[in-house]
Amino acid sequence: MLIHEFLHQSALSRPDDLAVEDGESRRITFRELADLSDLLRDRLHHAGVRRGDRVGLYLPKSIDAVAAIFGVLKSGAAYVPVDTDAPVARNAYILSDCVVKIVVAERRFEGALRAEIARIGSSMDFLFMEATGGGLPLRRTLDGLQATDPAPASQSAEVSLDDLAYVLYTSGSTGKPKGVMLSHRNALSFVTWCSEVFEPADDERFASHAPFHFDLSILDLYLPVMHGAALVLIAADAAKDPIGLAALISERRITSWYSAPSALSMLAQYGRLQEHDCSALRRVLFAGEVFPVKHLRSLKNLLPGPRYFNLYGPTETNVCTFHEIPDDIPEERTQPYPIGKVCSHCQALVVNEQGQAVSAGQEGELCIGGPGVMQGYWNLPERTDSAFLTDASGQRWYKTGDIVYEDANGDYIFVGRRDRMVKKRGYRVELGEIEAGLYRHPAVKEAAVVALSDDENGLRVKAYISCKQADKRPSIIELKRFCAENLPIYMVPDLFAFEAALPKTSTDKIDYQKLKEPRD
Amino acid sequence: MTTTDGNKPPTQGMAQAIKEFILSEFLPGEDPSALTDTTPLVTGGILDSLATVNLVLFLEERFQIKIEAHETTVDYFNTISDIEQLIRSKL
Repeated sequence: MLIHEFLHQSALSRPDDLAVEDGESRRITFRELADLSDLLRDRLHHAGVRRGDRVGLYLPKSIDAVAAIFGVLKSGAAYVPVDTDAPVARNAYILSDCVVKIVVAERRFEGALRAEIARIGSSMDFLFMEATGGGLPLRRTLDGLQATDPAPASQSAEVSLDDLAYVLYTSGSTGKPKGVMLSHRNALSFVTWCSEVFEPADDERFASHAPFHFDLSILDLYLPVMHGAALVLIAADAAKDPIGLAALISERRITSWYSAPSALSMLAQYGRLQEHDCSALRRVLFAGEVFPVKHLRSLKNLLPGPRYFNLYGPTETNVCTFHEIPDDIPEERTQPYPIGKVCSHCQALVVNEQGQAVSAGQEGELCIGGPGVMQGYWNLPERTDSAFLTDASGQRWYKTGDIVYEDANGDYIFVGRRDRMVKKRGYRVELGEIEAGLYRHPAVKEAAVVALSDDENGLRVKAYISCKQADKRPSIIELKRFCAENLPIYMVPDLFAFEAALPKTSTDKIDYQKLKEPRD
Repeated sequence: MTTTDGNKPPTQGMAQAIKEFILSEFLPGEDPSALTDTTPLVTGGILDSLATVNLVLFLEERFQIKIEAHETTVDYFNTISDIEQLIRSKL
């Protein structure tokens, strides 16, 4: 069984049932989605795409994008989705780094994308569609091509469970994003686990809040289709509007929600949930960062019906531990809930700095083994090697970088990070990537970035800057604009401070501890 | 501040009020003269999703208007001047 074959099954068993609906209430059935993705598969094969290739997706969230994802998988290739809101330079880097054979993109990105691909000396084929929406734009594009250059009907490629299904790029500490290579086996093991634990029904309506370049989308894209349930797409703009989201949950009768806690915090604070009937909700899943208990409590008070689950796992493993939130959250509780127990398709190990297992109760780095674990980072063999621990039996364990301990109930408790990776609104941010971005500014002599966290503001990123010429320092506005041109918006520092020189350690490295200390 | 009409919010100094809010909330430490009516806010990395929600809540309360999600995109919300125009269209 391959991850896209769930669509084939649902198209056979319930062809006319709703598969996907978008924000404008455009709809596509399982049969229509299967047919449309078949047409794209044929077109990709005609363009030379074969098993083992990669295909870039430069598309806003839409029914067309869902059809494109299934079309790519059927062709035997892996899809590489990029964030259409991120700077084109970053996206062009990703597509070039991953050596995609062809990019399926919306026409409005053509000029900037072609120019950037040419500028970096790369090349790839393109398949542009004039718009995205309810599936019609992709259909028209493919019909148009068919009229001038017919693609013969083909079969879905024979691929193995260890073929790549998708490559998701995450923030890289060296200043360049890195591609996490995930196979059909990785995706299937996770989705099968979800199916066993959450037992979705075929009358359900799943909300798709996360963008497709984010690993939360794997549950959204494949769990409903596995069970013949419907998926309701939430576009990027709508995903940020808490009042609109509350209305959407109510009006679209959403039964299953999955997002980063920050979206749920906003919903609880600003969503006016009490004005809406959200009684169809059966489960609320969250992952990607710590959910402050204060906001989780108020959300549960506003929406007492569904079950709540804290899911944990980096992109490299997808969800690997989980914890169901109890019905009552005591008023006095401020400590975040555990990341929980290891999922049945994974194994967990907590190790000390020497890589030796520690006993329960002791802190150490959480390592994950099993079929959910990624194959490695694209084209980064050394990074891949250093990301894994191999035990005496030869089993590979992915080192999450998260420091945890196991409590008396056997639940893992998250303590902090081993490195400089932080989570901002569910997004993984390497502070080093922001620094690398700041160093590209001609006026910047030194840049150091720290994460500040408090209950009120969540996590904020502060940049300390020293300039080459003290009297010619750029404005904060100028630095933010410069960052926004080079980094995704969630990586633009929230706060800036200018210093004559940054504090140094005895070995002349930037002293981050000193930067974080309160000063006058 | 006084209002001329009992129910109508003050519209004088609208751009100034928006400017002060943005400076204090999202650009602490910035020289106020660096922020102009045409400084790009969305494309300039000043307004992210959370900042946008906070600004919308401030504007809705201050000017007693309703701002829809699709109005907070770069087309209507990218500069103080754009925002002022959006608000005036709703008063």
